[in-house]
Amino acid sequence: MSASLNAVSRLAQPAEGVAGKLSSRVSLPRRHSLHEAMWGWALIAPALIFLVVLFFLPVVGVFVIAFSDWQFGASSLSFVGLANFREVIFDEGFRASLINTVVYVAMVVPGTVLAGLLIALLIESSHSCRALYRAVHFLPFMATATAMAISWEALLHPTIGLVNHSLAALGLPVANWLRDETTALPVLAVIGIWQNLGYAMVLFMAGLKSIPLDLYDAADVDGADHWLDRLRTVTIPMLGPVSMFVVIVVALRAFETFDTIQILTQGGPGHSSEMLLFTIYRESFEYLRAGYGAAVAIVFLAIVVALTLLQARSMDKRVHYQ
Amino acid sequence: MSAIRLSPAAAILRHGVLVLTSAFILVPFVWMVSLSLKSPGEIFRATFSVLPAQFYGVDNYAKAITSVPLPRYMGNGLLVCALILAAQILVCAPAAYALAKLKFWGRDFIFAMVLVGLLLPHQVLSLPLFILCYKLDILNTYLALVIPYVVSPFGIFLLRQFFKKIPNDIVHAARLDGLCELAIVWKIMVPMALPAVIAFSIFSVVAHWNDLFWPLIAVRDGNLMPAPLGIMAFKNEEAGNDYGPLMAASTLVVAPLLIAFLAAQKWFVEGMTGGSVK
Repeated sequence: MSASLNAVSRLAQPAEGVAGKLSSRVSLPRRHSLHEAMWGWALIAPALIFLVVLFFLPVVGVFVIAFSDWQFGASSLSFVGLANFREVIFDEGFRASLINTVVYVAMVVPGTVLAGLLIALLIESSHSCRALYRAVHFLPFMATATAMAISWEALLHPTIGLVNHSLAALGLPVANWLRDETTALPVLAVIGIWQNLGYAMVLFMAGLKSIPLDLYDAADVDGADHWLDRLRTVTIPMLGPVSMFVVIVVALRAFETFDTIQILTQGGPGHSSEMLLFTIYRESFEYLRAGYGAAVAIVFLAIVVALTLLQARSMDKRVHYQ
Repeated sequence: MSAIRLSPAAAILRHGVLVLTSAFILVPFVWMVSLSLKSPGEIFRATFSVLPAQFYGVDNYAKAITSVPLPRYMGNGLLVCALILAAQILVCAPAAYALAKLKFWGRDFIFAMVLVGLLLPHQVLSLPLFILCYKLDILNTYLALVIPYVVSPFGIFLLRQFFKKIPNDIVHAARLDGLCELAIVWKIMVPMALPAVIAFSIFSVVAHWNDLFWPLIAVRDGNLMPAPLGIMAFKNEEAGNDYGPLMAASTLVVAPLLIAFLAAQKWFVEGMTGGSVK
C-alpha cells in the first residue's frame, strides 16, 4: 500500500515539480493569505473601531438630531422632518451668518492668495534674505490664534490701540473697529489674511520650485527674456493647478474661522460678524438648541465636503501636469 | 522661478515690499511683547513707543504666572497634546501598515472610510461627541479632551502613503528574520518613515496646542483648561483691561511653538502643509 503510494507519488513527482513551481506561487501565498488577513484585521481593528465611534456614528447622530425634536436631556425623540431646517432658513440670524461667512471667505481668499503669490514670487526672485522672509511670513499660521486675537484687540482698541493712534497721527479718521457693524467683519477678514498668507506663500514657493528650468530656457529662446514675459508665459500658467489647490485650502480654512470671532466680537455687533462655525457653537452649546445647531452643522458640512471634493479633483489635475 | 540676477533697482524694490509685508506680519507679535513689558499707566498713556519707558516686565509676567494658573494651563496643553499624539501614532501606524502592505478582505472599503473621515470637519461632529462624552461620564476630564482625537484619518492616510513607498522586499526580509507583523510596524516601518511621523507629529501638536473650539465645549473646570481656553478665561474674568499681564500670558502661550518653529523650520513647513510641499 505504502509502496504503491510511494511509486505513485514518485511518478507524480516530475509533474509536481512543474506544478510545484506554479503552486508555490499560488498556494503558498494562499496559505499565507489567511495569516496575512488575520494580521490585517488585527492591526486595523483599533483604528476601525475608533473611526466608527468617533466619526461615523457622530455623523449619523448629527443627522438624527437635525431631523428630530431631540433636546439635551430628552430620553426620547420623534422625527420632525425638515422642521429644524425650516426654522434655520427663516431665521434672520442664520441668514446673516451664512451671508457673513460667504462675504468673509470672498474677502479672505483673494487677499490671501494674491498676497501669498506676490510674496512667494518676490522671495524666490533672489537669494538674499530668502529664509528670513519665509520664516517671518509663516509665523502667524503657527501662532495660537486665541493669543494673537488678544493682541489684535489691543492693536484695534479705540483709545489706546496702535491702529487708531497711527491713523490719528496721519490725520485720518479713526473707528471703533470691532464694535462697529460696518468694520467688524472686514477687520476679521484682514486678520484672516494675516493668519493665512504665509500658508499660501509656502504652497506657491513649492509650486515655483517644481517648474522645470528648461521651460525658462525655452521661453528665453523664444525671446521672452524680460522678467515680465517670463512671468506671463511660464510662471503664471505653470502655477495654475497649484493656485486652484491654494484657493480651496484657504477657503476651507476661512470657512472654519472660529477663534477670532469668539475672542474679538462674539459675532457682534448684532449679527454683523457672526459666521457658521460660531453659530453652530452658540446655538448648540450656549442656547442649547440642539436641533437648530445640528441643522446648521449639516449646512456647514455640505459646504466643506463640496470644497474638499473640488480640492481632491484639483490635486488629480496637479498630478497630470507633473 | 529661477533666481535671476536682479538689477539694483529691482533688488531694492523687492526688499522694500518684503520689509513692508514683514512689518504687517510682525506688528501683532511686537505689540504683544511690547505691552507685556509696560506698566498700566504707560499702556493707557496717549503717546506710545515700542520699548517701555519703565521696565515693568517682571511684574506683568509674575502676575500672569501667579494670579492665574498659567503654568497649569500650559501643562494641561502639553499633557493633552502628548496623550493625543501617543494615541494617534499607536492607533494609526499599525492601521496604515495594514492598508499599505497587507492584503485582507475589506481593506479597500476601510481605506474608503478613512478617506471619508478625512472629509469630515471635526467641529461638525461636536454635538454627538459631546453627548458621547456625557454618556461616558468623562466631560470635564482630560479624557474628554483626548478621546475625540485618538484616531486621525489624516495620520493613517499620510503614513500609508509613506509605507507604500517602502519596498516589499524589506517586509519579506523582516518576515524571514522572524519578525511578526506588529514588530515590522514598530521596528521597520515607523523608523523608515520617520520624516512622515515627525511631520505628522508637528501637525498634530500644533493643531491641538492651538485648539479652542473643542476644549471650550468639553471642559469647564479651570484646572483642566489647555492654554488657549485658559487665556480666554483670563481675559474674560480677571483682566478686562489689564493688558500687561494678559499680553505676558499670551506671549508665554505663543512662545513655545514659535521657538520650536524657528529651530526646525523645514519640518514645520512640511508638517503644517500636510506633506503637500515636497
